[in-house]
Amino acid sequence: MRTAVAAGEARPLRIGLSITRSVAVLGGTALMLAVILVLGVGLGSTQVSVGDTAAILAHRLLALPTPQTWPATAETIIFDIRLPRVLTAMLVGGGLAMAGTVFQALLRNPLADPYVIGTAAGASLGAALGIVAPLLVPALAIGAGSELLGLGVVQLLAFAGGLGTVLLVYAVARSAGRVQVITLLLTGYAVSSVLAAMVALLMFMSGRALGAIFGWLMGSLANASWSALGFATPLLLVSFVLLLARWRRINLLLLGDAQAASLGVDVEREKLVLTMLATLATSAAVAVSGTIGFVGLVVPHLLRLLIGPDHRLLLPASLLTGAGLLVLADLGARLVPGGGIPVGVVTALVGAPFFLWLLRRSRLTRVDLGA
Amino acid sequence: MTVAVAAPIAAFRGVRFGYPRHGREPLEVLRGIDLELRAGELLALLGPNGSGKTTLLRLLSGALRPEAGAVEVASRPVGEWPRLALARQVAVLPQHLELPEGFRVAELVAMGRAPHARRLFGSTAEDERAVERALQDADALDLADRYPHELSGGERQRVLVAMALAQEPRLLLLDEPTLHLDLAHQVALLQRLRQLHAQRKLTVLAVLHDLNLAAAFAPRVVLLDDGRVAADGPPGEVLTPETIQRVFGVATEPVVTQDGRRHLALAVD
Repeated sequence: MRTAVAAGEARPLRIGLSITRSVAVLGGTALMLAVILVLGVGLGSTQVSVGDTAAILAHRLLALPTPQTWPATAETIIFDIRLPRVLTAMLVGGGLAMAGTVFQALLRNPLADPYVIGTAAGASLGAALGIVAPLLVPALAIGAGSELLGLGVVQLLAFAGGLGTVLLVYAVARSAGRVQVITLLLTGYAVSSVLAAMVALLMFMSGRALGAIFGWLMGSLANASWSALGFATPLLLVSFVLLLARWRRINLLLLGDAQAASLGVDVEREKLVLTMLATLATSAAVAVSGTIGFVGLVVPHLLRLLIGPDHRLLLPASLLTGAGLLVLADLGARLVPGGGIPVGVVTALVGAPFFLWLLRRSRLTRVDLGA
Repeated sequence: MTVAVAAPIAAFRGVRFGYPRHGREPLEVLRGIDLELRAGELLALLGPNGSGKTTLLRLLSGALRPEAGAVEVASRPVGEWPRLALARQVAVLPQHLELPEGFRVAELVAMGRAPHARRLFGSTAEDERAVERALQDADALDLADRYPHELSGGERQRVLVAMALAQEPRLLLLDEPTLHLDLAHQVALLQRLRQLHAQRKLTVLAVLHDLNLAAAFAPRVVLLDDGRVAADGPPGEVLTPETIQRVFGVATEPVVTQDGRRHLALAVD
């Protein structure tokens, strides 16, 4: 349907987002996320009543003086197992979706996801090293159980691997003070290939650690903990706030480097800052969950179709939507009979067909509009 | 204002520029350009492909830095301008610009306000007035709620002009704005630019290809040839068959219209 405006018809000029609509979109997504949070915490292999779940959450999170009418095991399940897992899913899903939004805009490439310039390969190598090293060099096993900043050795190496790889890719792609988008993508691809080969080699040599590496590559939220949350949450929030503050510059980059520059954007600096902020969020997410696919690719596309391409709204909406969708995916993964499956399997299995449907639909929409 | 009336809004002083090439000498494009643009001028830049027209614009907008010599905007070297301040002086309408899908025209034009942005998330009443005025002046008000894929070539160009006007620059640079436009739209666009030039006291520098169109449009034309200024002056003096033969290697014949204006006709057997 066209919404043509009759010539001469007086109507107010809208130059930006409608505040009402923005509040509705963000309020709606936030409300949905709250419902999903309660669902995610309430549902599981052990039955805990909705009333008890709500009461435990109110008691522990909001410090409400609710009378303790629930069994102690219920409180352990809700507060020590499910809640950190659900919150980790929110953090990871939100972080990946937000980073994917930024990378798709920055690289002006619809196939871009948070992993595209090397984060996933670097983090995987870090994690694989962390898993294998104690087995190959027994002396390292002594330090294997220790924690730093709330992270285990594997998580810490994954985080450093993701961040370090992107720094490396960026440095290699830079020439004469400039980074061209296509060079960045190709460099990311090449470096990722080398690192992936190293991961494959480690897996080949790893013997009994093969399952652990494989499980990490599939992505899982089973190892969620309050301490890992304590590490990743601040990183995600800092990255979100700084990215959101740059919404205008992200929008301008959609016009191309040259035009953004003539509108006063320091394009090279902005590309570096945006890459590092999005990578920070991605690496934090990957460190606590392994490489979960599709959330970071599909959610930005879904939201652009639904609410438009303005990053002022797109960034917070992708954070909230990605958070909710990954909790749902993890819920599906947990509830599969026989102890559950990796959440990465669910996101790809459900995410890919959904993405196909979305592609078909958007193409049809364009035809409908006469484009 | 202490700026003297005669102070140029833009100046090239002995400017040389070459594009760096891997393992070879830079590709020399500008070989010593001296040129002044006075505030409020309307100037057409002409020349064969590769003569340095686009490079000249890119030096003025700060996208490139001169190898030698100085490029100045309002008597200050371009490299010394803070980016946002320069963007409030100079707006560019590039040869190619892919408008991102999903934004309405009004939102795209509002992007032109970025160098003036004062609020982190919203826009000021001044922004809104500037966008409306830009849409109006570019004759694009009726396109405000359209999306890029719903625009024809001529409409698209009006939107680009509106984006540049929203920037409220003193100097507007246009790189072949009439490319892809049919004759009627070419004339309409240039007439609109002339009006804007008069109404807004805007200095306009447009790269054009059509010599006759340039002659009809601009009181001053600059002809570039191989990185140098080959001729500079009123179109009647610059666009002579001799100069055109020398610069483009094409034979032309002057034709005088009934109202006394001179045109160049291609002399093809």
